[in-house]
Parts: sequence; structure tokens; C-alpha cells
Amino acid sequence: MDNANLKKNFLSAQIDLSKFSSANFEKATEDEKRQQDVMGESTTFFKDGMRRLRKNPLAMASIVVLLLIVLIILVAPAFVPYSYDQIITVDGVRDKGSANLGMMEYSAREQAYMDKTGEKLFPHLFGTDGLGRDYFIRVIYGTRVSLAVGVVAAVMVVIIGIIYGSIAGYFGGRVDLIMMRIVDIIYSLPDMLIIILLSVVFKERLGALFEGTVLAKLGSNMISMFIVFGLLYWVGMARLIRGQILTIKNNEYVLAAKCIGTSNRRILKTHILPNCLSVIIITTALQIPSAIFTESYLSFLGLGVSVPLSSLGSLANDARAAMQSYPQRLVIPAVVICLIVLALNLLGDGLRDAFDSKLD
Amino acid sequence: MSEEKYLLEVEHLKQYFPVKEGFKKLTLKAVDDVSFAIKPGETLGLVGESGCGKTTVGRTLLRLYQPTGGRIVFDGDVLFDSEQKIDVDMHPYRKQMQMVFQDPYSSLDPRMTVEDIIGEPLDVHKLYSSKVERREKILSLMETVGLNAEHAMRYAHEFSGGQRQRIGIARALAVNPKFIVCDEPVSALDVSIQAQVVNMFEELQEKLGVAYLFIAHDLLVVRHISDRIAVMYLGRLMEIADADELNDNPIHPYTLSLLSAVPIPDPETARNSKRIILEGDVPSPLNMPSGCPFRTRCQYATEKCAMEMPPLTERGDGHFVACWNK
Repeated sequence: MDNANLKKNFLSAQIDLSKFSSANFEKATEDEKRQQDVMGESTTFFKDGMRRLRKNPLAMASIVVLLLIVLIILVAPAFVPYSYDQIITVDGVRDKGSANLGMMEYSAREQAYMDKTGEKLFPHLFGTDGLGRDYFIRVIYGTRVSLAVGVVAAVMVVIIGIIYGSIAGYFGGRVDLIMMRIVDIIYSLPDMLIIILLSVVFKERLGALFEGTVLAKLGSNMISMFIVFGLLYWVGMARLIRGQILTIKNNEYVLAAKCIGTSNRRILKTHILPNCLSVIIITTALQIPSAIFTESYLSFLGLGVSVPLSSLGSLANDARAAMQSYPQRLVIPAVVICLIVLALNLLGDGLRDAFDSKLD
Repeated sequence: MSEEKYLLEVEHLKQYFPVKEGFKKLTLKAVDDVSFAIKPGETLGLVGESGCGKTTVGRTLLRLYQPTGGRIVFDGDVLFDSEQKIDVDMHPYRKQMQMVFQDPYSSLDPRMTVEDIIGEPLDVHKLYSSKVERREKILSLMETVGLNAEHAMRYAHEFSGGQRQRIGIARALAVNPKFIVCDEPVSALDVSIQAQVVNMFEELQEKLGVAYLFIAHDLLVVRHISDRIAVMYLGRLMEIADADELNDNPIHPYTLSLLSAVPIPDPETARNSKRIILEGDVPSPLNMPSGCPFRTRCQYATEKCAMEMPPLTERGDGHFVACWNK
């Protein structure tokens, strides 16, 4: 058509082609087409979960609190010139008057020493206990012990639980039946009784064996507690993992792996366990506070760490006698236990929300 | 059977599952006395309604289940024989027999990248000598099934259903098998994607010469891709014939009703065609009727049907039917 002859209506929306050259209408090259082919950034399950976790203010606050506590218990002993098992000494002499000091107080002898030399002594942040030991450093060591017990016990429980539960769940049938009946039997044993019995036995039999090692410092009570955790507390974890595996192993990708000829070990390792990782992470996070709690109440009952080492529970127990005169000695370890357990529980909840998509 | 060389021969295959109902122990006869054979490079379609044991046949062939009885011969090697008590280790044969699964969503591990999914059979059978070779093999497999090689590092959930099924096919092809069981590979897909995937199966067969056992409940798809079709009902084989022969000249009453249920694209023809509607429900496989399992819904059923299961008898060139009356 001859464009020039057409009288164009000035209201027309028709594009005037004479204003363009053919160069304006080139086809997109393969390269340009591919640029349009935008796919979202590839995310892994873990990245996705962490992104959701970061959006949860409670969980993030818990992580901050926990990191702070861990930082303090790691760093503080380097700065505080007192030791958890030593009565405060001024100028090489034991300070008998330093017992039962209040927060930030100095004893008469310390005050005199500071006045005389002009040197500033490190303050007793939480005061001192009935024997004249710095309470702050005792709480720091108590927290160390409690957290360590919690983490070690939880890791032990998780490892045993995963191995036992995955074997029972994956092989199923008669293996599962027998293994789960054993779990039922263990479930019915009274744990308190076994801890008491074991600690008695250990004190008698194994006391000499641990002489001079770190274990001796912890005391036979503590070791029997670990053993009880290893013996008894994994059953809950094993049940949970078994349940997870029972559902996961019915997925077609497990059948596909069998069809390929993948060995049972490899199927468990590469297909089944990674797919119940979320449950494992969550339960571990929730297992730590429960272990800390158990340790605390056992120490409170006098079955925990042996003196002079402290744990949060034993500190609270020692403070009980002087509760009315020096309430801070009971309040401080109680608050620390609460903080740790609360933070871990909230973090566990946050992890569950972030990683367990079934609750969305 | 005939003198021709078969890739896979199945004779009197039985697969029973024990079922506990309270204190009673029952057996579920998922597959009962099924015999067929597949030539190299051939496609055998296996149809039947849901729950009739099609999938079980496929899985039993690959020995994902331990067969209760019968005989499986693959490429001249006896894999299983219940009478002679032959039960070989399947590991070397996994390289030659593979499977494509029905559900492209649950058949791929959500925690693995495409590269690892396709690479798994290579790892298991140690089919490469270096990391570079592994990667090259995976990329060429992805190309074979029409996937973009750039997506190798992505996770399965980032793909559409059709693409996921292609990943599943690439995984099956990784070991270069002679025989693939396709367990309803297209029934979870959209119709337009179904066509693509079915065509891809055909192209792969031409290129690689693999034989398929193509399980489906969609007769149209099966008719399109199969050389021969077998019809199953309640764990039994009812009829087996060439695809065209079965389509034009069905003999078994069950096949007739199945064929009449296929939707006809032309409304004019559809209006004039008569649909055979079966009465009643499929009997429970836990409580099978005596004799022929189809007799409870068959309009030609006689007393003889209740007495004895009819054997598969030849009614002309390779057309086998199990029926007393037709």
C-alpha cells in the first residue's frame, strides 16, 4: 500500500511506519531470548529454612541471648581474677570476712587493702557465697557445666536415637518389632532410680579409674548421669526417627533408588536421613533444654556435680538454706536456667516453624 | 512360546501379599498366573483399571518385590524360578532393566540436585572413571531427554511436572538399559505434556532400541505407543494381542467394555456408539470369585466360569484370550 497518499486522521492511533527503519524490527537473537528466560534463584532446603528463621524475631532474639551467654562463659574466666573453688585471698592471706557479701560489695579487708595500695580490686559482681568464694565466677562455671551437660547429653541421645531408629524404621517387619519392644521396656524403667543406683556403683567401682582425669572433676554422679542419658533417654528420639523413616521410605524416590540397585546403606544415608533432617534439628534443639533441666534438678537433689565444682542446679540448692538473707544467690542461677531453657525452647519452636513445612 | 528370541519372558508369575485383618491372615492375590513375553525393542502396553495389579507386575519384574511364584527370564538368563529355586542377585541386572515412575513429584528426592539424581545410577554402578566424565554423561543425558543442561544444579522442585518426568526418564536411561518398565509415566501429566512425553518415549526407542512395558490406564495412549497390548483384570491376564488387532477385533468381554469406554472425539460417532457399562463393582482381591474373576460382571458368564479359570488360548495370529464363551 502506498502510505504517502493516505491522508492520515490526526486522531488515529495507527503507528506511522515511515518513522521507523527496518533495523528497529529485528528479531531477537537466541542470546537475547535467553535473557528473558528468568528463573528464580536456586534455593536449597537449608537456605530456605534459614531465610524463614531469620524472619522470626523470637528465634533470632533467642539466638542472640544464647550467643551472649556462651560468649560470657567463654571469656569471663579470663578477666575475673577469682577462681570458682578458692576463698578470696587478699595479699596472700585468706579473707575470712569476705563471706556472704552482697552484690558489688568489698569486704573490710579488701577495702583496707585498696585504700592502702590505691590498687583497684576486681568487684564481686554477684557478691560472694557463704564460704567466701566469688559468686559470679561460680555462676559462670555452673553455666558452663550445665550447658556442656545439656549439649553432650543431647548429642549422645541424637546419635544413638538416629542409628537405632533408622535401622528399626528402614528394615521394618520383625526387626522393627523386636527393636521397638526393647524401646518399650527401656521406656518403662524409672530413670531416677537408675541414676541413684549407678552413681552409688560408680563411686565404689570406678572412682579409682577416673583419678586424675577431667572425669574425676565432674564426679561419679555426673558420669552416671551421662550414662543414664545414653542408656535411657534416646528412646524418645529413636521412636521419633523411626516414625519419620516409616513415612519417608514409602516415597517413590526410595523405590527408584532400590530399582537403580543402590545399597541399603546408601539409601539411608543419601535419601532417607537428609529428608528427616528437619525433625532431627528440631528435636536436638528441644533436647538440650530438657537435658539441662534434668541436670539441674538432679544437682538440686544433690545427685549432680561433686563439690567444689558448681552447676546451676547445685548453686540453687546451696542457696536454699540462706534464701531469706541472700535471695540473690537463689535468684541468679534460677534466672540463668530460665534464660537458657526459654531461649532454647523458643529457638526450637522457631526451627520447627522454619524447617517443618507441614505446619505452614 | 514361539521360537523367536525374546528379551523378557514371564511365565505364571504370581505375587501374593499377606494381609492381616485382626487375627485372620489373608492373602491378597495382586498378580496371579500372568505370562507374557517382550521382544527386544518392542513395546508391550499393559492396561486395566486401577487396582488390577498392573503396577505390581512391573515392580515384581524388576524384583522390587519378591515374587511368590513363576519364572522370569531376561535376555536368556533365568532371574527367578520358583520351581527350580533360582533367585539371582539382581545387582548386575539393574543396569539392564530400569523403571520410570508414575508420580514425577514423589519419585525425585527433594534434597538432591538434578545432577545428583541422574548421577546416582552412574555412581552405584561405577560407570565413569573421572568426575569430568560423570558430568559429561549427565549433561548428555539431560540433552537426550530435552532438558536444559544449565539447570543441572537445580533442585527437582524447581521444575514443572513434564520436566520432572524427563529427569526421571534420564535417570532410567543413565545405565543404558535394554528394558524399561514405564509405570503410568504420563497419567500424572497434563494432556499436552503427555503427548510430548509419549513422543519422546517413541523417539528414544527408535534411537536406543529399548523395549518398554508401558503400563497405563489410558487406552488411547497405550494404543498409540504399543506394538502389542495386554489387558489385565484383578491380577489376571484377560487378553493379549497386537495393538491394531486388539483395537479392531477385541474378543474378551472385558476388553470390549474397556474399549467402549474410550472417549470418541467426534460427537456424531460418539452418539451412535453404544457404551457397554459393566454392572456391579470390582470384587475385592482379598475375596476373589472362584474360577474366572470377571464372571461376576460378565453378561456371558456360565457355570463353567465359576468352576475354572479359563486358560489363555490362541485365537489367530498371536491373539490370546482367556475366556470360555467367546
